[in-house]
Amino acid sequence: MTAFIFRRLLTAIPVLLVLIIVSFVLMFAAPGGPFTSERPLPPEVMRSIEAKYGLDQPYWKQVFDYVVGVVTRFDFGPSFIYKDRTVNEIIASGFPVTLTYGSISFVVAVLVGVSLGVVAAIKQNTWIDYFAVGVSIGAQVLPNFVMAPILVLVFTLWLGWLPGGGWNGGAWQNIILPVVALSTSFMASIARITRSSMLEVLNTNFIRTAKAKGLSQRRIIFKHALKPSMLPVISYLGPAFVGMVTGSVVIDLYFSTGGIGQHFVNSALNRDYSTIMGITILLGALTILMNLLADILYAWIDPKIRY
Amino acid sequence: MALLDVEGLSVRFQTADGEVRAVNDVSFSLDKGETLAIVGESGSGKSQTAFAMLGLLARNGKATGDVRFEGQHILGLKEAELNRIRANQISMIFQDPMTSLNPYLRVSDQMSEVLMLHKGMGKGEARAEAVRMLDAVRIPDGAARIDMYPHEFSGGMRQRIMIAMSLLCRPKLLIADEPTTALDVTVQAQIMALLSDIQTEFGTAIILITHDLGIVAGACERTLVLYGGRVMEQGETEAIFEAPRHPYTLGLMQAVPRIDVDDEALATIPGEPPDMMNAPPGCPFEPRCALAVENCRDVMPVLEGGAHLRACHRAVEDVR
Repeated sequence: MTAFIFRRLLTAIPVLLVLIIVSFVLMFAAPGGPFTSERPLPPEVMRSIEAKYGLDQPYWKQVFDYVVGVVTRFDFGPSFIYKDRTVNEIIASGFPVTLTYGSISFVVAVLVGVSLGVVAAIKQNTWIDYFAVGVSIGAQVLPNFVMAPILVLVFTLWLGWLPGGGWNGGAWQNIILPVVALSTSFMASIARITRSSMLEVLNTNFIRTAKAKGLSQRRIIFKHALKPSMLPVISYLGPAFVGMVTGSVVIDLYFSTGGIGQHFVNSALNRDYSTIMGITILLGALTILMNLLADILYAWIDPKIRY
Repeated sequence: MALLDVEGLSVRFQTADGEVRAVNDVSFSLDKGETLAIVGESGSGKSQTAFAMLGLLARNGKATGDVRFEGQHILGLKEAELNRIRANQISMIFQDPMTSLNPYLRVSDQMSEVLMLHKGMGKGEARAEAVRMLDAVRIPDGAARIDMYPHEFSGGMRQRIMIAMSLLCRPKLLIADEPTTALDVTVQAQIMALLSDIQTEFGTAIILITHDLGIVAGACERTLVLYGGRVMEQGETEAIFEAPRHPYTLGLMQAVPRIDVDDEALATIPGEPPDMMNAPPGCPFEPRCALAVENCRDVMPVLEGGAHLRACHRAVEDVR
């Protein structure tokens, strides 16, 4: 297992390199740059700016210097737009916010989704099941950019219970709406996956054996059925994580939480090369890590899988 | 008092296409330490008969009639009461040892939980007892192998584990649902020998459900032949094998390939198993029966004949 984890971490390196190179090429392939403006700068000013940021170097050298900086000094370079901020500072200010409501959303989606799915499976074809399935279908067809305004309308404008935006140092009132808006559709998917896989597992021979052993339903569900029915859920966690990262961009913009998604969009619009790169690498590394975690979980549950 | 008394057991399944009558009015009884064979082809209702007794029918299934275990009515018991009997008094092993053990749990966990539940044992005590039982079913080095997962054992070994697990609480009755069907022939013989030894050692009564007449002849005192969910013939195994009194049993016997007779082709019973959805009012075997007469189609013959019961309109002398 240790060898497997080590191998997977090693293969992450070329993946990240490819990610860096492709992002670089795409950025430079697009016309214009961070210092293009409606009134062109005098050529000598332009040249000195470009020299300052290393833009006068050949592309391969730019990529090389960048990678060396990232690897050796963990330095993502200065921002092209905010003269007084480095990319490291931008990430340091936004990432904790995203990480806070993002991980809460992830945990909420998994816990609520799995519970809802299990209950629906146990009470198959009763009103509880229909209710759970109805709620998850409803939640799934409401993407976060629809959920967010509805939540603000109800809980901020009508009821006045919760603030409609801002971060406020991570106060719980400010966290609730972003978490609900971000997690709902994933929670719904997880509930549906859990329900159907639980139903499948409950029909297997080994569950019949467990019944014949006189075990209580509670023990059958939690000891015998839950683990195998989590396998499809775990496979879904990787894509769900990516979906949540994308979703956090919307959440940041809508709730002005100041998370990393907001900086991501701004940097893309402003051609802030180094910030785009920094955030891309960060999210890419996280995605690789999450998929690795999912694989490890998978092997932990299924004894037939040994890496 | 008999250990087990089954009277008029019927099993119905509600499906989208209509009602399936899987078992119809089956009655038998079993004494302590006795072995009864329930024989029939696929779909004859033999497994469902066993599932009904332990409350293991699928959700859409319903059992009626009366099943008394040591005088206690166990059909329609509440789940919690049934759970005190399952594995503790009546245990069951299944056809497919490959899928009947939980592949995600260690054998030790699966065995210990039975003892912890029914006998109130602690973890260590239950584990020690489980190892002893693995030894009793002749799994070598049980103390080390008990912590393995089911997929690390062969099919025969898994069935041994199932048997060991079912015997942990020293149940009075063991229902073995085609215990050897999924195993190859040499392993089949080992498992049957094991069951017979265990019966001698623990005094367990066994209901052996099978379609393999070869197994029945050696292992069971009494035999019950099912077809279309109905009892066709029932009596001492020896008597039935010597002189079957029902055309279906006769057909089954003749379908067993014999090495001492040089036949060109395998003998079969012509026709298809009955459609349990639209069962005719008469004998379910009538469409395939060479000896059928007019009456057979419309009237179900009564099961009668004292010690050697049969349900057939034809006279005993005509069945040959």
